[in-house]
Amino acid sequence: MNNRIAITGMGIVSAIGMNVEENYGSLMQKKHGISRVEFIKTKLKSSILVGEIKKSNQELSHILGLDKGHNFSRTAMLGTIAAKEAVKDAGLSTESDMDCGFINATSVGGMDMTERYFYDFVENPEYRRFVETQCTGVNTQNISDYIKISGLSTTISTACSSAANAVIFGARLIETGRLQRVIVGGTDALCKFTMNGFNTLMILSDNYISPFDNNRKGLNLGEGAAYLVLESKDSYIERGKEPLAFLSGYANSNDAFHQTASSEDGAGAFLAMKKALKLGHIDSKDIDYINAHGTATPNNDLSEGRAISRVFNNEVPKFSSTKPYTGHTLAAAASIEAVFSLLALKNQVIFPNLNFKEKMSEFNLTPVLEVEKVKMNTVLSNSFGFGGNCSALIFNKS
Amino acid sequence: MIKNCYINGVGCISAQKTYDGTFLNEIIDHDNEPVVNVVKPEYHKYISPSSVRRMSSGVKNGIVASTLAMDEANIEQIDAIITGTGLGCLQDSEKFLKCLIEHDEEYLTPTPFIQSTHNTVAGQIALMHKCKGYNFTYVNTSSSFNAALLDGLMQIQTNEAKSVLVGGVDEIAPHTTSLFQIIEHYKSSTTNKNDSQNGQSKGHVCGEGCAFFVIESEKKESSYCEVVDVHFLNRLSHKAPNEFIVDFIRKNQLELDAVDAVILGCNNDVSFDHIYDGIQHLFSTSHLLTYKHLFGEFMTSTGVATWMACQIFKTSSIPKELVLQEGHRPIKNILIYNQYRDRDHSLILLKNV
Repeated sequence: MNNRIAITGMGIVSAIGMNVEENYGSLMQKKHGISRVEFIKTKLKSSILVGEIKKSNQELSHILGLDKGHNFSRTAMLGTIAAKEAVKDAGLSTESDMDCGFINATSVGGMDMTERYFYDFVENPEYRRFVETQCTGVNTQNISDYIKISGLSTTISTACSSAANAVIFGARLIETGRLQRVIVGGTDALCKFTMNGFNTLMILSDNYISPFDNNRKGLNLGEGAAYLVLESKDSYIERGKEPLAFLSGYANSNDAFHQTASSEDGAGAFLAMKKALKLGHIDSKDIDYINAHGTATPNNDLSEGRAISRVFNNEVPKFSSTKPYTGHTLAAAASIEAVFSLLALKNQVIFPNLNFKEKMSEFNLTPVLEVEKVKMNTVLSNSFGFGGNCSALIFNKS
Repeated sequence: MIKNCYINGVGCISAQKTYDGTFLNEIIDHDNEPVVNVVKPEYHKYISPSSVRRMSSGVKNGIVASTLAMDEANIEQIDAIITGTGLGCLQDSEKFLKCLIEHDEEYLTPTPFIQSTHNTVAGQIALMHKCKGYNFTYVNTSSSFNAALLDGLMQIQTNEAKSVLVGGVDEIAPHTTSLFQIIEHYKSSTTNKNDSQNGQSKGHVCGEGCAFFVIESEKKESSYCEVVDVHFLNRLSHKAPNEFIVDFIRKNQLELDAVDAVILGCNNDVSFDHIYDGIQHLFSTSHLLTYKHLFGEFMTSTGVATWMACQIFKTSSIPKELVLQEGHRPIKNILIYNQYRDRDHSLILLKNV
């Protein structure tokens, strides 16, 4: 990478907090946000646990001061709250700044509204303003209108790696000089569609998840949103803004193995990590901490663990999955975990992999189990998704 | 050093017969239908019978169009696969959602859920070709194909990739169509009938289609044209469309007069077609072309417009059905301008090779 990309702001909302500070507090206190689903009427209520944000749609719209007749889906509202915080944190004034873009990621978009009113739309004109939110892009438009983005804006949807790919595309837009500043990240709300979809795949756990544990049973779904502000060197110097950290490597690869499952040796994951290290001219020994994808499905953790072991020649750095805190937030996961990685760097602390008891039989890997103060400069964050989509991001403190 | 980017292979499935190497030799009249489906290619030539049954039409069209494009470019391996889709895999989304609602979360099967994921087409193509490279999907209403093309262009220009497969795909699903008809984004049968009698009405004809391109840094025998630049904005804010276009052309160090043909995204929606009104003044001696009256409107229709531009470069001819204004000049540069409901204003600039 010729020109390192600076990160000058971040914002987040998840089951463990409505902003960066609250999220950090929960991480440090080992306070997870996993519970029974409250705001969605579903038959799965008693059989699954989720990382639900305990604010109703009405409360969310109140937080944002939206008009009564607004057409923000829950996904768009969560996204707006996090994007607003990121813009504020970076101290950007986005209005009429044509060099500032927005790259959003979402997998469900307005599905929470579509599934609620799918047939009622026909009978009830009152709900019809939500018809178009089924286009994921309309949710992005709503967020970008709210935070007043004038420049290039788009949406990426590559399942559970979506937000990492938004970070990658945003970084490349800066590197090629097409943008100076870009807000990147993802948002996804819980909905019946995904809860039932993952349930049919039989990869939902009925208990709190335990990534990289020999007896792991599957994942908890979650909801949330997080965004980073990426900025060129020229831009942050001109603004006199001190970067939080730098994006020093990234890559996307495809496993090309199966539409939903990962290959046993984690070929795509391996390639993504290798390519990200190469792009950043970073030696694998320099990675101080890995925020793993670690969904706690039998398949992912085996595949990811094998890939990590290969990349690091069995000298695996400290690692943890933070999904036991938030649940798997799908298209938002990579940006939520990017914020956690940046918090780790900023505070020189690793957040533990909750609920772990027993090492997996296939390899000798134990994640970090307690809040641990560590001197670190470089963090790797992994995100993998359906369609064999694998992404890796590397953040540097200096 | 910035590399040039050439379109070396194309594949297009649309409401016209666009997959057989001809350029609109025979026009299919869709007879004012409010919904126009694609002319189906012979799927079994490209896809196994079990997959033909299992896959939605968008996935099938994506596989056929990408195969055609790769065959034309005469390559077997690509470095990256980048797709755009406005509404994603609607047919499987509807299937899963209907089952979920009608059977109250019982009797669900995973296949439609898996296939409803927006990146299904890109994932399936990667699986087919065992392509472990970069794999992205943009889902941003009607600039989705443009985002995919921009990403591919950047990959080629910066030498990150030598061969990239770029495509746009959208498919029709019945219930979603009826909902967009109710909110008058799409024309319904009645309003469409009024159309021919009273001029324009609200909404557009609902179409579907798919176009894939192999873009490469190497100029080949099969090269159609060069992709010069791509740009899109969520909305124009206070800018007029003409200003947006002029800025873009100047940024590419061209004079307006160098644009020999402009393909416009007019879709006969009375509420928004006026956006294109000023363009005629801007390009008074250029060829002005429209296409959605033949193909219907869908979120990735700029892929079809790009396919058309490729055919115009290759054949040095323009079918009369496309002509809004005749330019009487040879064609070196083609500009594609599209918007959807005054959002997603997008531009693609292509140059003859």
